[in-house]
Amino acid sequence: MSKKFRFVVGFLFCLIGLIGCAKLFPKAPEDDETLDGPILGLSTEQLKIFLSGDALFSEVFTPEKGLGPLFISNSCKSCHAGDGKGHAFSTLIRFGQTNTLGNQFLNQGGPQLQHRAIPGFQPEQIPAGALFSKFIPPANTGLGFLEAVTDATILALADENDLNNDGISGRPNWITIPSYTKLRVNAIQQNSKYIGRFGKKASVYDLQQQTANAYNQDMGICSNFELVDTYSGQIVDPEVSNQTINDLVFYLQTLKAPIQREQNNPDVFIGKRVFIEIGCGKCHTPQLKTGPSTINVLSNKNIFPYTDLLLHDMGAEFDDGYTEGSANTNEWRTPPLWGLGLSKNAQGGQYFLMHDGRARSIEQAILLHKGEGEQVKNKYQGLTTSDKNKLIKFLESL
Amino acid sequence: MKKNITSFLSCFLILQVSAQINSNFLRREAKDTASIHLNMDATYNRPFLKSDKLPIALGGYAEANYQYIKEDGISEGHQFQMRRTTLFFSSSIANRFSFLSEIEFEDGTKEINIEFAALDFEISSLLNIRSGIVMNPIGAFNQNHDGPKWDFVDRPISATQLLPATFSNVGFGIYGKTGNKVWVYGYEFYLTNGLNNRIIENEESKTFLPAVKKDIDRFEESFNGSFLTTAKITAKKNNVGELGLSWMGGVYNKFQDDGFILDKKRRADVFAIDFNTKISKINTAITAEWAWVKVGVPETYTEQFGKNQQGGFIDFVKPIFRTKIFGVEKSIVNVVLRIEYVDWNKGKFKSINENIAEDVFSIVSGISWRPTSETVFRINYRYNWQKDILGNPTTKLGGIQIGVSTYF
Ligand code: HEC
Ligand code: HEC
Repeated sequence: MSKKFRFVVGFLFCLIGLIGCAKLFPKAPEDDETLDGPILGLSTEQLKIFLSGDALFSEVFTPEKGLGPLFISNSCKSCHAGDGKGHAFSTLIRFGQTNTLGNQFLNQGGPQLQHRAIPGFQPEQIPAGALFSKFIPPANTGLGFLEAVTDATILALADENDLNNDGISGRPNWITIPSYTKLRVNAIQQNSKYIGRFGKKASVYDLQQQTANAYNQDMGICSNFELVDTYSGQIVDPEVSNQTINDLVFYLQTLKAPIQREQNNPDVFIGKRVFIEIGCGKCHTPQLKTGPSTINVLSNKNIFPYTDLLLHDMGAEFDDGYTEGSANTNEWRTPPLWGLGLSKNAQGGQYFLMHDGRARSIEQAILLHKGEGEQVKNKYQGLTTSDKNKLIKFLESL
Repeated sequence: MKKNITSFLSCFLILQVSAQINSNFLRREAKDTASIHLNMDATYNRPFLKSDKLPIALGGYAEANYQYIKEDGISEGHQFQMRRTTLFFSSSIANRFSFLSEIEFEDGTKEINIEFAALDFEISSLLNIRSGIVMNPIGAFNQNHDGPKWDFVDRPISATQLLPATFSNVGFGIYGKTGNKVWVYGYEFYLTNGLNNRIIENEESKTFLPAVKKDIDRFEESFNGSFLTTAKITAKKNNVGELGLSWMGGVYNKFQDDGFILDKKRRADVFAIDFNTKISKINTAITAEWAWVKVGVPETYTEQFGKNQQGGFIDFVKPIFRTKIFGVEKSIVNVVLRIEYVDWNKGKFKSINENIAEDVFSIVSGISWRPTSETVFRINYRYNWQKDILGNPTTKLGGIQIGVSTYF
């Protein structure tokens, strides 16, 4: 064998050796570094549906496949990258409802503005005189657990008339549910209305309604659940099957809850104590328990979402003049804080927090709390810098 | 272990030998090595087999490979791929008339394409007329894409995902070249059927010229009745290198139907620069190409589909040995390096005036072994860094590719 030949063979062996020790291949991020991925303990059958739903979540719609004519974006994933929060680019606008009497602009394109259109069509504009809110996409993780929390649990956290006198008076959004909705076990009714829990105004009953709505309002895709085309206002043929909706809903239900990082870091530990002490947890309820669910891994589980799923008055600066269901215009649902620290990974390396993304850092989000949140915010401002940092460190670990 | 490797390699050698069977019947056409070649000559400048009993010359190449790739830790496992088999037939119909066709089977028989099927009529070397299915001369890779000519397993990203690879269309055009012993100049000009709305209506969710190829009717009718114009000029100086400037553009949308105006005309234009040279001092061949794409995306559509794109690659191929390997005299071993980049969406989000990402940067390194100039074995290591439209944390892809590509 010539020297050169040995060199080449040597090189090849080195390469094979390197492959062997897997140094050459990019590593998978740790489980607690990502929001996507299934809940542990799904059966293989369930995993298959999960995977099918995952593919549907990424499916890109083209005009040929039914996108639009009016739309906001072309896939679920484009607004919820990695199942995380959205970005200024994927923000949507709703307009036209100023009180609990319903939307006055339904025949002028309300409630949702489709500000993009496929070539050859003109997108909508906000009609003159309509007040509006901007909505930045929330994360999609752990929602199966939130869906499985019972109505009674949510109601027990409410304190509509502030009987305990702490300045905080959470209340549920009583909504009219769509005709296709199947009620959850032990659903609580009030004047033929039910408790909404999804969306920034808590005006959506469950993940099925959310999914059918997203297809219809965000992408212009009709299904048997939402058959009215946002452009023509007419009933059209479904563009996705019932199976598609079902699989996608299952996917959302079985996305894992975000996993906290650095739980044993003493700063994080102290930060959590500060969080509770100054009263953040009065709205951002640390722990909830799920009720029964048809998906066994979701039943009767303790979860740590940091939300009460209730509406709170956030003050005049949060009164956009738009609302949904029986919420007031200044009321917003407490967003879950789990996954907060990973938000940036879906928001292009930066934060867009609060319903419209107006807060560009966690601290800014805290300082924007007014109305029912004012007292707690004042307590935050009274903290030492060290405690503030620990609190934020804790929030980033979520 | 050693035994395994030898038997593995001997399989390849047998392949080599069997290609020479029947040499009485078929003989290899000598490649035209006399004149200075430009990229535009690549179509005809291939090894052909010719029999005196047949009016046509035959040729072709095949590419196959193995790969193991991981994207953010997730792999599809071990993959063997028959990337493509291409057959070409050429014939001199009569004096000054010749015909060449190239048929490609991609990924097994998933895609069967006529890449080229054109009649050439030579009036003079400065003026030739070509009609049929022609290869649009945008950049250099498109015309000069034969696997065995390249020392990398993958085609460049910019030549497959920014520009459509082996982009051919029905039409006609003229070309020619002139020069002396030192300089050669060439030009090409074609009018063809061409673009369609898939550029901005596709499941890639980005402005994507290659999606144009998905329209299966495009060889039969023009999508919108307007020309796709492609023009290229080339200059080559002997011992220095070849420089090409090319432009391809046309209307891509269906602006009218049945005589009714549906939309305004929206254009897509590509400008490309390509260059290749050999630096004798360091004994390294360099091939580079860069393209800019400009697409008239409607303002009211979505910014996911960019108006401006750019990308390209630069390849370095340096022979390190020219020696007898596995019994093949004068076989060449090269070390190779490719650096490539594509930005599918240049520009900023209107809403926040911040950069739109949607780009990929990639490095491919490797070794290639050329037992003859017509066959190449290659082993590549690839690493990509890709960002989504929002610029979220980079998706990393890395892996090994081992392949062979040969004319037959
Ligand atoms: C245009 C961007 C956009 C697209 C496309 C989109 N979403 Fe959303 N999504 C949002 C916004 C904004 C909200 C918040 C809406 C609200 O508060 O009422 C939201 C809310 C949700 C929620 C409720 C989360 C919560 O915590 O309450 C779920 C679940 C959801 N989307 C799933 C989907 C699915 C599934 C799809 C695809 C069928 C999809 N989204 C497509 C922007 C989008
Ligand atoms: C009165 C109830 C209430 C209290 C008390 C409260 N919050 Fe909030 N918090 C909310 C509501 C409601 C929002 C959402 C406002 C919106 O969507 O515009 C919110 C939003 C946030 C957000 C932004 C989350 C996101 O995903 O955009 C953070 C971070 C946050 N709160 C942290 C805190 C911290 C830390 C404290 C304690 C200092 C606290 N909150 C106290 C109700 C409360």
